[in-house]
This record gives sequence, C-alpha cells and structure tokens, in this order.
Amino acid sequence: MPRRRHEMVPDAEFRSYYGQPILKPPIWHEPHMPAYLYLGGMSGAASAMAAAARLAGHERLELAARTAAFAGGTVGAAFLVAELGRPMRFLNMMRVFKPTSPMSVGSWTLAAQGGLTSVAVGSAVTGVLPRVGDAATLASGLTGVAMATYTAVLLADTAVPAWHEALRELPFLFAGSALASAGAAVMLTTPRAQAGPARAAAVAGAVTEVVAGGLMERRLGLVGEPYRTGRAGRLMRASRALTLGGGLLATVAGRSRTLTALSGIAITAGALCTRFGVLEAGRASAKDPKYTVLPQRPPPPA
Amino acid sequence: MAEQRMGFFTDTTVCIGCKACEVACKEWNDVPDDGFVFRATSYDNTGALGASTWRHVAFVEQDGRWLMMSDVCKHCTHAACLDVCPTGALFRTEFDTVVVQSDVCNGCGYCVPACPYGVIDRREDDGRAWKCTLCYDRLRGGMEPACAKACPTKSIQFGPLDELRERARDRVERLHAEGVTEARLYGEDPDNGVGGTGAFFLLLDEPETYGLPPDPVVTTRDLPAMWRWAGGAALALAAGVAVCFAGRKP
Ligand code: SF4
Ligand code: SF4
Repeated sequence: MPRRRHEMVPDAEFRSYYGQPILKPPIWHEPHMPAYLYLGGMSGAASAMAAAARLAGHERLELAARTAAFAGGTVGAAFLVAELGRPMRFLNMMRVFKPTSPMSVGSWTLAAQGGLTSVAVGSAVTGVLPRVGDAATLASGLTGVAMATYTAVLLADTAVPAWHEALRELPFLFAGSALASAGAAVMLTTPRAQAGPARAAAVAGAVTEVVAGGLMERRLGLVGEPYRTGRAGRLMRASRALTLGGGLLATVAGRSRTLTALSGIAITAGALCTRFGVLEAGRASAKDPKYTVLPQRPPPPA
Repeated sequence: MAEQRMGFFTDTTVCIGCKACEVACKEWNDVPDDGFVFRATSYDNTGALGASTWRHVAFVEQDGRWLMMSDVCKHCTHAACLDVCPTGALFRTEFDTVVVQSDVCNGCGYCVPACPYGVIDRREDDGRAWKCTLCYDRLRGGMEPACAKACPTKSIQFGPLDELRERARDRVERLHAEGVTEARLYGEDPDNGVGGTGAFFLLLDEPETYGLPPDPVVTTRDLPAMWRWAGGAALALAAGVAVCFAGRKP
C-alpha cells in the first residue's frame, strides 16, 4: 500500500488509491475563467463607483466608471460563454432560476448588469434618454456589488478544499480585488484632477485584497497550502507584491501621469494574478488526495 | 414519489475484478472509448470514474489479499452536482436517482468540482457533462441496470434501497461473526454528509484506500453561510465606495 509522509505536515499520514485524486479538478480553462473573474469583478465595482459618482456629482469620473463597467461586463460575458462546453446553449442558463446554484444566480446577475451598464453607456454616449441612463447607473450599483462578490460563492460552493474552506475570506478577497481593479481602470481613464475618488478606491481595494488573502492563507492551515506552493504560490506572491506596490503608488499617483500609469498597471496585474492564482490553487488542492482525506478524518487520539 | 427509491449495493467481498460491469455499462449506454492506459500500478487500466467511465473497478494489491471494488456514481440524497447545475440539466428521477439531460446541459462544468466523490466530468470533444444514469432507460422499462445484470458474482446488487440496506446490514453481521471484522458499510447512513447515498458499498478497508473520500459533506450545506459572508462583503464594498467619494468635491 502506498503510504505517504509529507514534510510540511509531519503527522499527517494517510492512504490513497495510488496517489490518484479523489476529486475532479475544476475544468474551467485559462484564461477564460480567471479573466472573467477579473472582468466581472472590475465591472461590478466600477458600477458601484459610477452610482456613487452620480450621487456625489463627479460627472467626468462617472462617465469613466460607466464605460469601465460596460466594457468589463461585456468582455467578461464573452469569456464566460466561450468557456462553456456548448457555447450555443448559453441561453439555457436562463431556463431556470436556482438559488442553490451560484452560477444560476450569477448568470441572472450578469444579465442584469450587462443590460443596465449597456443602457448607462448608451445613454451617456448618445445623449438619448439621460434620465433613463442615470437610473440605470444607480441600479447597476446594486447589481455591481453582487457581481463583485458572487464569484466567491461560485468557487466556495464546490468540493474543492482550498475554495470551500475559504468561504469566509474569498468574498472579501474578491471584493477588494474588484475595488482595486475598478479604481485602477477608472483612474487610468479619468483626468488626474477629477480622479481622486478612483485613487482612493484603488488604495482601499488593494489593502483589502492583501489583508483578506493573508488572513485566508493563515486560517486555512493545511488546506491553504496550495496558495503558498507551486505555481499558485508564485502567482499569489506576485499578486501581493504588485497589489501592495500599486496601492502605495496610488497614494501619490495624483502627482503625475507616469505615477498613475504605473500604479494602475501594477494593480491590474496584481488583480489578474490573484484570479489566476486562486483558480490554480483550487486545481492543486483537488488533485492531491491529502487535502480531501486529512480534513475528513478526525485526528487520531493523542 | 410514485416509485420506490432504487439503488445499488456493491458488496466488494465477492468482487472478482472481471470488469463485466464496466463492459456492460459501456455497451448498453453507448459510452465512448476512454483510452487505454497502462498505469503500471495494478490491473487497473481504467483509472477513475469519468465522463466516459461510469463503472470503474479498483484493484488494490495488499499483503496476502486483493481488494477489488466496482465504483459508480453514488446517486446522493443531497447531490451537490444537482444543486449547483444552473440549467436544470441534472434532475432527480422518479426512482430518486440523479440523471443529466444531455439535451439541456450546456457544458458549464460547474457540477464537476462540486461532486465530493469526483464522479461527473465533462467530455471535452462533446462539451457536455456525463455520468452514470443508473440505467434510467432500463429502469423505466422495468429492467435492472446493465452492470448489475452482468455481474457474475452478485457483487453489484440492484433493488429498492430499503431492502438493500437491510440485506447489507445482515451481510456485515455475518462477516463480523466469521471473523472478518474489517468489513464495513460505506455511504448507506442517511445521517452522513450527503444524506445517504443511493449507491453504497461494503468495504474491507478504509474508503481512501479505494479512492473514496472518508466522510464527505455536500458543499451546498454551507451555502447559506456563503451567501451571508458574500452579502457582508457586498455591503462592505458599497460602504467602501461611498467613503472614497465622501468629502471630495467634484
Ligand atoms: S456522486 Fe457526485 S455525481 Fe453522483 S449524485 Fe453524488 S454529487 Fe452527483
Ligand atoms: S455541465 Fe451540464 S450538467 Fe453540469 S452543471 Fe453545467 S449544465 Fe449542469
């Protein structure tokens, strides 16, 4: 019988069927799924910013946020459809509404987000029906915060140990990442003098993303190992460095175009690394049977 | 439910590893080739359950004995695959089994990582998810599933779940009396993490030895908590955005 001993957890002895995975690793493709997670999150947080900008009277920033929300939602949806095994059947997502399926809830949220942000941008660009465009912007603030967080439930609601056990921190990690991404996108597309709130959002998002990620890895213990090792570990470390660096730069990015560009690009790259890293960590944790077996076995009496 | 709940009791003590179940399943259900891989670990060249492998015979060579076990979809009472399917392609039949409607599935792939047993998978050339249907068509025709029919030793037994559970408990008692103290049932307990499985097993070693999870819990049991945490994060996000705009003049 193959018995394996693991250096990182000296007492964790377990048996397996020739070391084969027990779970099926997530089959979602790269770049589709992580790109969607980034774009959907960015779109959602940008909608929230557009709604806040409308209420606070930041017109130029509102236009940039509306545009970012529309672009993220549309391109993200295209990635999602391309990810399907049967893309022509994507409308089957709208056959039913199932609260037990985060993907069903997410599909309806994305549909609403796509519709509202299209109206918001269409009205802003053409000048037609400005009140309808404004109302759509405010409503997209609500679908937006859902967009930025439901994907955490999407991943957590699986048997994948590194995702399921992270059900508390993933929503904050994703919300922070979404806010940082949207802050970066909006600050890159708004004149510096009017981009103050976007820089603040980039800083707040970056801090939240880094703190939530750190808490998650610490609390998960053994099950969090895939976030620290291998390709996922490298992506998560790169994400932290880029997000922290970009967030720091965002505090001074109001001073020059170069600083704004550097900060925005670093934050965006960091957010992408987070999404790719989380997907990869999930794959790694599903592939190694130790993450399935050990947490399901009560510890032997000492 | 118009019909009784039907299921499988797979008694691994009488399995001889002939793989007649694997063949019968493939033939009846027209399941395509899943590749022939020499794994150099055992007589197992099938590997694992998957989109094109709905019965899988595991071979474990131990000191002085062989363990053989024909694995299959568990047809869970609380089936994660069914819970998370966004299209309604996965449904519960009148026999209380879990089946994919291949004309509805859009291949989103969500059921795949949701299953705590690693059963269902997407066929990449076809784009849809596939798994054991407990021979839904045969059941509707009043026949038993192909694998149970083909099993020469009655290791795979098909019938109403209540009867199978009773029969399995008797069998374990008898084995214990004969000194086979390691005999144990796997999955049949209605109080386990998936509410009991419709296909359960009599094993002679720890479940993980056969590639089974020791004590899985349906992921959707924690879904209310997940939505609560996500709701908290959504509120925090809204508040955070508001703070970024507070006190800043346009
Ligand atoms: S074993 Fe997996 S595929 Fe089968 S019913 Fe349970 S969750 Fe679904
Ligand atoms: S792949 Fe098919 S069966 Fe599986 S969750 Fe998606 S639509 Fe449902």
